[in-house]
Amino acid sequence: MSKVIIKLEADISTDDIYPGRYMATVLPTETPQFCFANRTELNEKLRAGQFPKGSAIVADHNFGCGSSREQAASALKGYELNIVARSMSRIFLQNAINLGLNVVLCPAIEAEEGHDLDIQVDKVTNLTTGKTFDTVRLPEARQAIIDAGGLVPYTRKRLLESVR
Amino acid sequence: MGMTVVEKILARAAGRDAVKAGDVLEPKVDLAMSHENAALVISQFEAIHEGTGIEARPWDPSRIAIIFDHRVPAESPKTATNQKKIRGFVTQHGISKFHDVRGDVGGICHQILPEYGYVRPGFVIVGTDSHTTSHGALGAFSFGVGATEMASAWTLGYAVNIEVPATIKVVVKGDFAPMVGPKDLILHLIGVLTAQGANFRVLEFHGETIRKMTTSGRLAICNMSVEAGATSGIVPADGETMRYLREEAGVTDAIAPVTPDADAVYERVVEIDVSALAPQIACPHTVDNVKDIALVAGKPVQQIVIGSCTNGRLDDLAIAAGILRGKKVAEGTRMLVFPASGKIFGQAMDKGYIQDFMKAGAVVMNSGCGPCLGVHEGALGDDETALSTTNRNFKGRMGNPKSEVYLCSPAVAAASAITGVITDPRQA
Repeated sequence: MSKVIIKLEADISTDDIYPGRYMATVLPTETPQFCFANRTELNEKLRAGQFPKGSAIVADHNFGCGSSREQAASALKGYELNIVARSMSRIFLQNAINLGLNVVLCPAIEAEEGHDLDIQVDKVTNLTTGKTFDTVRLPEARQAIIDAGGLVPYTRKRLLESVR
Repeated sequence: MGMTVVEKILARAAGRDAVKAGDVLEPKVDLAMSHENAALVISQFEAIHEGTGIEARPWDPSRIAIIFDHRVPAESPKTATNQKKIRGFVTQHGISKFHDVRGDVGGICHQILPEYGYVRPGFVIVGTDSHTTSHGALGAFSFGVGATEMASAWTLGYAVNIEVPATIKVVVKGDFAPMVGPKDLILHLIGVLTAQGANFRVLEFHGETIRKMTTSGRLAICNMSVEAGATSGIVPADGETMRYLREEAGVTDAIAPVTPDADAVYERVVEIDVSALAPQIACPHTVDNVKDIALVAGKPVQQIVIGSCTNGRLDDLAIAAGILRGKKVAEGTRMLVFPASGKIFGQAMDKGYIQDFMKAGAVVMNSGCGPCLGVHEGALGDDETALSTTNRNFKGRMGNPKSEVYLCSPAVAAASAITGVITDPRQA
């Protein structure tokens, strides 16, 4: 079960998720401290460990638009959040998959802050309202990277296969 | 069945006769570009090789380009240390397409790549920057990726598991009115498509207006294609592309233009007539919040920015200098100018544009991304407003979530610098 920690509007940019002034910080161990740094209250709650792993962010369309900065995905991954969005930008979606951040595309999702979600690959159930929403399955090509645990292990496997 | 220009490029790069939208393939990478975020690419590249017993060497250093631009000169010890680490990697692996912090050959990555002839029609280009879409201006399929995806490309030499994107054909006709140009066209198009309207799709540009447009203008429209969500913008190579590559980029070897088939399949066609187009303004805080200038004229602005990978080229500076020559930047407004590269800076000095700017009271800064992404140089105070020729106006983009950013063309920026309020350059 995932509790919704925040409900966000459409077109949340990676500038919002991870502001540019912190981009010199690159290591996944260090980026989470700056997650949503311009949203002071949310950032402080994240850093204080107020949200259990597996908590959810619910967002409207085009989540993660803008800059390709991978820190946006690694900062969210640091808190092991689930991202349930009506749609996502291409680069953010790819970065999330590459880093093993759990993202779900759920075009009709309806949920409010504080609601509890049951997030499955093919559907999301809002346990608070009792409504269930279909997800958009990721292409098979993406699934191979997810199954490998991210792009680093996936490419490592491909590299080893290429020299055999 | 015919192919779009991107389908043709991907078919060649993947060694196939034909591909169509939705196919999954692994195209060979012709050019792999990074900037300061190469620091993260390097650490992910090393992580991939960890425990394999295989030495971490890029597949082809001659196809890697690294350009410092986001934080130049370094704004912090952390950035300086990242840049130092990257220089070591560049030396170790003999990466020749490296542009350090320099006044002669330095500049913004999306200007340096075309300027030095690194971009060719038909290339598959990946870049760890969302505005890598720019290079479609020269008929390449060029798209942004994250650092780990770049590390994977450095390792394997191809991009893994790429879906062939569907293509939206954009046909543009008509002549621009005076003081209206490519930036107004792309802002208008983003307003029409919305910020997500081209997600996972290519924008392929056609029509008489595009054919007559210089490569500089094409770079601006392809650059901002990502603001409609596009994977890439692309202008199929033509005579202007060849002229730019031969005369401006100094390319002497063979160039192989790729053009779409007459019966190519497009997801949809968008037609735009620019004849009656007014200067366009993208209002806070999304790039698709686009309005005719008449609706926002008179809004006071405290900072004007001219520059960036969108509008820091010589023709942009020429328009702005022409408007500012002999005039003064308004009291209470500060103006920052960032030529897109050292080469452009030099040309602008030779033509007297830099002198025009400085005599008018503008501050001319070194080539680089400047304040566009809120890292350093030109931060905004609380409740301040910037009017900028850059490409993003997200809340907090210029470093302060309590400020706001309006986007415009160089002509609007220059005319507004004189008055201190958003001003229609046709009435200036």
